[in-house]
Amino acid sequence: MFIIGELINGMYAQIGRAIKEKDKASIQECALRQVSCGADALDINCGPAAKEPAADMPWLVKAVEEVTDKPLCLDSGRPQVIEAGLKAARNKTIINSTTADSDKLEALVPLAKRFNSKLIGITISAKGIPKNKDQRLELAAVIADFCAQKNFPLEDLYLDPILLPVNVAQEQIKDILATIHELKAVSSGSLKTIVGLSNVSQGANARGIINRTFLAMAIASGLDSAILNPLDKDLMDALITSEMILNKNIYCDSFLEAYRKSQL
Amino acid sequence: MEMQLVTEQWPGVISTVKIGAVRSQGGTRAKVIEIGGQNSLPFLFEEGSTPYKPVIAFEVWDIPPVDWPGGLMEIFGNQARDPLAWAQACVNDFKAQALCVKLQGAHPDSGDKSPEDAAQFIAELLKKVNVPLIICGCGDDQKDNSVLPLVSEAARGERCLIGPALQDNYKTLAASVLADGHNLIAESPIDINIAKQLNILISDMGLGLERIVINPTIGALGYGLEYAYSIMERARLAALSGDKTLAMPFICFVGQESWKTKEAKESLEHGIIWETITATALLQAGADILVMRHPKAVEKTGNFIDQLFAGNKRQACL
Repeated sequence: MFIIGELINGMYAQIGRAIKEKDKASIQECALRQVSCGADALDINCGPAAKEPAADMPWLVKAVEEVTDKPLCLDSGRPQVIEAGLKAARNKTIINSTTADSDKLEALVPLAKRFNSKLIGITISAKGIPKNKDQRLELAAVIADFCAQKNFPLEDLYLDPILLPVNVAQEQIKDILATIHELKAVSSGSLKTIVGLSNVSQGANARGIINRTFLAMAIASGLDSAILNPLDKDLMDALITSEMILNKNIYCDSFLEAYRKSQL
Repeated sequence: MEMQLVTEQWPGVISTVKIGAVRSQGGTRAKVIEIGGQNSLPFLFEEGSTPYKPVIAFEVWDIPPVDWPGGLMEIFGNQARDPLAWAQACVNDFKAQALCVKLQGAHPDSGDKSPEDAAQFIAELLKKVNVPLIICGCGDDQKDNSVLPLVSEAARGERCLIGPALQDNYKTLAASVLADGHNLIAESPIDINIAKQLNILISDMGLGLERIVINPTIGALGYGLEYAYSIMERARLAALSGDKTLAMPFICFVGQESWKTKEAKESLEHGIIWETITATALLQAGADILVMRHPKAVEKTGNFIDQLFAGNKRQACL
């Protein structure tokens, strides 16, 4: 499981403040804590309130790169902001994200190629959020086809079936799990899947148990990657245990510790 | 059309373990042997790098062997009766790269030598031979816990490989090895889950994972070899996939298992063949150190390794 830490996001008060005050140390501490808890990459999002995201993004990238060489997941709805981050980055990068809309694909796929970046494709379009599995798979096909036509390597593409809050779209969660499974089953093995995990519990009370139960189910459905909070130890324990049960790691009595020892 | 090799790229690498220390490193050995360091399955030289050849260590005891089949020791002549002379013959006459000395004489049923006597024997052995040493206890947990700490101290600075550490008996030895700068053999009963657990328990005591060599325990040809092979292969695949708690070199006690077989007991010639075939199969499973008994079997296995390594362009220059 490729774990992308979600915590460097301007929507969190502390990070928002740190971006505003250009407090590098707070950002770097957040980066290192996530890495020490098992993050393979770090999401970087200036947040919805950022006044100058095209300037904040490169600043964040440089601040984080001073303390880690983990890949950075440049998270913005605006291609110019992502491009500013790509230009600043020395670490490997992941673009987060394109939709299935042609204007987004036309802007971001060439950018990903130019900067040798991986790319997250979310199965939504201007028509809105898909309502069932078939619509999700159709949009996934649109993104994958576009990438293939542009000779973007499909092994660098992560498809996100767009996870919805369980208290908003309860009937869709099962379809989302099925989408993850089918995206793995229909592709030649190179298509990867990803979710933004916290979405599933947005607005709910018992967020922790919802997040980790969904994650375990998604891993069993073949999920390759998740954007999540690696500081949530119960969540990470559920992740490690799920992978162990699926025989991805060899069991031993201290399997949780063994996993963490192997990450160091 | 030209055939394209399909090669695998692994994220993991086996740790490199150094055994023996030369004078500049605080020891008295003539050279240091290095094992491990590979980042692909055995002998796939086009796929990854295999910096070090597997090492063959001659098995010797601190007493004349008691239950070895007749004929096995004939080749050593009169030296078979004197453990120090036997060890010297292995090095001088048969060019042993390393010795694996088993302190069988300390076993309550084989003479019950005192810990001080065992330590004295190791001190003398270190003076008589200059190859790196692997030192094994007698197999009686209680006795090993009193013998091995003294032995470890007597060999301080020589960076030996000492064992066995077992799941139910690892703390005393791990502490000694840590204090005296040696490496440790972690032994598990053909059980990958215990092998992994033991490595974690040992590393929790402060001994780095890179100072552990796994003894997966093996069976000889016809006596569980396939099972041992599959355990070793599974551990190696996990290690190459990134599991650092299994990314250690393997030591295999080939001689001990091969000469227990009915076939080896019946005929010296069969025994040599049995030991050689068991060794070559385990090399394919990923063995890094082979502990062997008969010089002829050692020679044949050594030739086999050399032939395989003729195709290795990425071997470290030692």
